[in-house]
Amino acid sequence: MMNTAIIMEYLKTYLKTRLTYRADFVIEIVTDLMFQTMNLLFILVVFSHTELLGGWSRDEMIFIYGYFMIPSGLFGCFFNMWNFTERYIVKGEMDRILTRPVYNLVQLIMENLDPSSLFGSLTGALVMGYAWWQLGLGFEWWYVPVLVILVIGSVMIYAGIYITLTAISFFSDAPTGIQPMMYNIQNYGRYPVNIYNKVIRFVLTWVLPFAFVGVYPAAFFLDKDITRGFAMLTPAVGLVFLVAGLLFWNYGVRKYRGAGS
Amino acid sequence: MLNAYLDIIRIRFLMMLAYRVNYYSGIIIYAINIGAYYFLWQAIYGTSETLGGFTVLQMTTYVAVSWMARAFYFNNLDREIANEIKDGSVAVQMVRPYNYLLVKIMQGLGEGIFRLVLFSTPGMVIVSLLFDIRLPTEWHVWLIFLIMIFFSFLINSQINILTGLFAFFVENNEGLMRMKRVAVDLLSGLIIPLSFFPGWAIAILEWLPFQAITYLPASVFTGRVSGAAVGDALLVQVIWFVVMIVPIMIVWRAARKRLFVQGG
Repeated sequence: MMNTAIIMEYLKTYLKTRLTYRADFVIEIVTDLMFQTMNLLFILVVFSHTELLGGWSRDEMIFIYGYFMIPSGLFGCFFNMWNFTERYIVKGEMDRILTRPVYNLVQLIMENLDPSSLFGSLTGALVMGYAWWQLGLGFEWWYVPVLVILVIGSVMIYAGIYITLTAISFFSDAPTGIQPMMYNIQNYGRYPVNIYNKVIRFVLTWVLPFAFVGVYPAAFFLDKDITRGFAMLTPAVGLVFLVAGLLFWNYGVRKYRGAGS
Repeated sequence: MLNAYLDIIRIRFLMMLAYRVNYYSGIIIYAINIGAYYFLWQAIYGTSETLGGFTVLQMTTYVAVSWMARAFYFNNLDREIANEIKDGSVAVQMVRPYNYLLVKIMQGLGEGIFRLVLFSTPGMVIVSLLFDIRLPTEWHVWLIFLIMIFFSFLINSQINILTGLFAFFVENNEGLMRMKRVAVDLLSGLIIPLSFFPGWAIAILEWLPFQAITYLPASVFTGRVSGAAVGDALLVQVIWFVVMIVPIMIVWRAARKRLFVQGG
């Protein structure tokens, strides 16, 4: 109960700061959209030269991309901690966080909300809806809860991986460059995994399971039985990675000694 | 005077050398991106022999070389200029006895040479070991390619300078800079070679400067463009370099007249 009240307060402060710089907010959304459009254009242009890509049609690819955008936008909204090392470890703001009673990660998330990336999720849903209609896929009522569960699973995978990477800062405040690397790897997930070689496919499924933030769960709704079993695994994999990430995070917080000043 | 500019290149090179650790992860990031497009294009080709005038081997080479060329021509001159305008330090730069814009290009060049030597070259070796690509065997192709990516650098820097200078006229040109970045990546042929676009789009893109940044040099490197056509490609680059000087001079002149430094 106390937590909800605090979260509401955080949201209010957030909106106040954001509305002071309205132009920046709009610019962020517009440039994000441009970036998404570029990726969609890639798919459209490529499919003017070929019918199938690794056995997938154009609309199926668009469907996967639409799905990919939904969890990625949600994750971007709640986990915007790219400057964690700089701001919280080097500048010592982590000390302030730890002296407060609310769980530290919740405070961090609330301090760094980025709702503009939710527009990405919205666009993704529209793109997916368009492809759904183009493909003439049927609709069952239970698709909705399944979609919600899959999206939550995908978001948990993102969260688990990036919480782990961010927690590295507790042990070393030197820049590792791992996060931008990961950001580039996650883009592999928006294309069908069967186009990659065995090693990459294995990595994307079990090591850095970015295939579960795009192609596997999306394939659940497409009539591709090869991967339907994998789609069901999405929430399980998400849970495993999130719990592992949180355990590592808590371990890091215990080890944290402050930057000194 | 020339010595002063050469020193600026040297200083920027040394500055980059001091922070070289950042670049090791950069090489891996580029390899990751090349890898994604490498597999994607192989799947796109499937059983087709040629698409958009490229064979599959030329296409994978195109992907590798255009990313590695990007490491050389890429710079943040737009951001640097915009920041110097915003914090007012551009005023100090302008009273110094050198040409501000030339200094910026030289700094970009120092950065570019650093990445060419310590990033693109080892990167290309790594990538050619990892992926099935074909490097040119004739030395003169390499020579022409080097000249062409030098012009890529010049034209890309000109576009960056133009974007950066807009900070004189609007208080926040962040959006413009980001849009420019997406535009350059897409329209230069980095993501998709020009010849893959539909006919009407090609007709437009051929009249824009972006193709001179990636598409032309990478086409020469892969051997898709050869013989007399190489000269034409180089000529297009030279023409764009010369043409781009005009808007920069106009904006620069207008900007100096209305310079007011925000804050103090």
